[in-house]
Amino acid sequence: MNQTRTIKVENIARIEGEGKLLIKVRHSEVEAVHLDIFEPPRFFEAFLKGRHYKEVPDMVSRICGICPVAHQMSSIHALEQILGVTIDPQVRALRRVLYLGEWLESHALHVHMLHAPDFVGTTDVIQMTKTYPEEVQRGIKLKKLGHEIMTVLGGRAVHPINVRVGGFYKSPKKADLADLIERLKWGKEAALDTIRWVSTLPFPEYEQEYEFVSLQHPDEYPVNEGRLISSQGLDIPMSAYEEHFVEEQVANSNALHSRVKERGAYLVGPLARFNLNFDKLAPIAQQAAQEAGLNGTCNNPFKSIIVRSIEALHICDESLRLLENYEEPDKSAVDTEPRAGKGYSCTEAPRGLLYHYYELDEQGLVKSAQIIPPTAQNQNKIEEDLFRFVSENLEMPKSQMTAKCEQTIRNYDPCLSCATHFLKLEFDEE
Amino acid sequence: MTKTTRGKPKLAVWKFTSCDGCQLTLLNHEDELLKLLSDAELAYFPEATSSHLKGPYQLSLVEGSISTAHEAEKIREVRAASKYLVTMGACAMGGGLQALRNFKDAGEFTSVVYPMPDFVETLHKSTPISEHVTVDYEARGCPVNTNTLIQVVRAFLFGEPLPETNNRSVCVDCKKLGVSCIMLDQGITCMGPLTQSGCGALCPSFNRACAGCYGPRKFAHPEALERHWRQLGIPEAEIARAFRGIHSYAEPYRNHTLKEEAKVDESN
Repeated sequence: MNQTRTIKVENIARIEGEGKLLIKVRHSEVEAVHLDIFEPPRFFEAFLKGRHYKEVPDMVSRICGICPVAHQMSSIHALEQILGVTIDPQVRALRRVLYLGEWLESHALHVHMLHAPDFVGTTDVIQMTKTYPEEVQRGIKLKKLGHEIMTVLGGRAVHPINVRVGGFYKSPKKADLADLIERLKWGKEAALDTIRWVSTLPFPEYEQEYEFVSLQHPDEYPVNEGRLISSQGLDIPMSAYEEHFVEEQVANSNALHSRVKERGAYLVGPLARFNLNFDKLAPIAQQAAQEAGLNGTCNNPFKSIIVRSIEALHICDESLRLLENYEEPDKSAVDTEPRAGKGYSCTEAPRGLLYHYYELDEQGLVKSAQIIPPTAQNQNKIEEDLFRFVSENLEMPKSQMTAKCEQTIRNYDPCLSCATHFLKLEFDEE
Repeated sequence: MTKTTRGKPKLAVWKFTSCDGCQLTLLNHEDELLKLLSDAELAYFPEATSSHLKGPYQLSLVEGSISTAHEAEKIREVRAASKYLVTMGACAMGGGLQALRNFKDAGEFTSVVYPMPDFVETLHKSTPISEHVTVDYEARGCPVNTNTLIQVVRAFLFGEPLPETNNRSVCVDCKKLGVSCIMLDQGITCMGPLTQSGCGALCPSFNRACAGCYGPRKFAHPEALERHWRQLGIPEAEIARAFRGIHSYAEPYRNHTLKEEAKVDESN
């Protein structure tokens, strides 16, 4: 083996956005791991300054076409905190279903189109349709169910237009939801079958140590509300986020990297939510997890494909319940008046915790804004995982190593549009 | 060869500065996409596949605006490798929401977001694809309208007819659908009169003003609409912000905003 080896992936495939990977090995020791995000910066925090609070949800939606609802929800909750708004319980329920629709779409996409090809050894889902036609068709239908939830409640699946500070522009009629209700009943069965299928995929024996961070709510699986907790004992209100987490800029990346101040790298997303909130999953999802061999704990990042599928089942179960109990609210939104102040919100995007902070002036114009997406929070942990994987597998042939590194990255479903907002792989030996 | 050895035309999908939403919109139409791919080869689409066939390509779909020196170079390579080039969405067509920085000092913007701005490589402006290379068709929307896009893709891959074009505004769609006028009813800025029809008056159907996702139609006249807004008593600041949206850098809004900024500078 050469004394110095460089693994370089120029544009990592099947992730959201663009990035590259550089790993340097010298004298059989990993010297450096850099996940370079080369998504060009788009300066959202800068051009939000001077905008009226009512314009913010539509603007931040454009940060990410995969999780627009997440950005809309984090911004709306932060702004409503400033404006002193209390929303109607039915509006709250609809927001939750809309957000879960985005989770379902994102998870079904990642499980079937981005992640599964790694386990079955194909380059993409198109190849997979030849060997797994039924599984792929089911996955596509689940994904469609996700975007139809978003279309019915939000107007369209990418950059929904129906959400606003205070509620919705127009609330759906009960009759509008009948078709979704029937399809969610199918969705529960389909998600169960998906869990049974993905739990038979070949998983390496590989456990990581994580500090998991997610929201926690007393009665619900975390989505829009709750306290911020971690597996290392952190338990804080959202407003204390910046006291406990720091964002740092690193060379060669347009994404800022986050860490827990006292300790270092941490992980947000489905694995974190699952490990910290297992008892809040729908009973049917808990049972399916146990049948898949996960008793409330999962530290194997490759198995995140099972966890996403378990969340998909939870999504269908909970959305079904919420829509069956829906009554049209008297008003689709509460009126809001400008007020100066500061607001903080964390919500659970499909990929994990998404922090938004705003300060408004007395006219309701944005004085300052800060947005910390899940991928920026996970980047340190992804690099640590790659560091360990390469260190333990130095004798692995080049092409296999490259493929495994890419898979390691995809385990975390990174979204680079958000993190600057990611990646393709080239393997080079010096 | 723009075709594979089996005679299938090669399709490539490229991303520049953007949110990935247009590519996702394409993936959201899996059935049409899979049907299309039985007769064409997906030669490059990193978000969906790790396989990569070399060019030339029969058709390249391009998402996003040009905002770095690397991108300005890459788009010329994409053009050179493609028989036809079709852009998807508002960023590619007008520079996108991120083009709002074109009216300010990009250096100032970088320092708001990044503590060490020197590490960040960016051009001063986010610009449309058509400012860099010849574009064969611009598919509109934020996100792109997939029905139109699939038709356009079939047209350039298989020689089927292009979608019909018109110069109708969103207002025409509101009237057709019987949606009552949001601008007059609510006394708020609505981009509908200037905006190219194509979304089926989505926002007005949800009881809100058009945000102008599909961009200015031909002969759009911002000054006339502004006068109308003033008559409705809409505050000046609100009027100024209305043009600084998803298509701020598309003409005629670009020139309009630059003129307005020059007036503000003079009065200071």
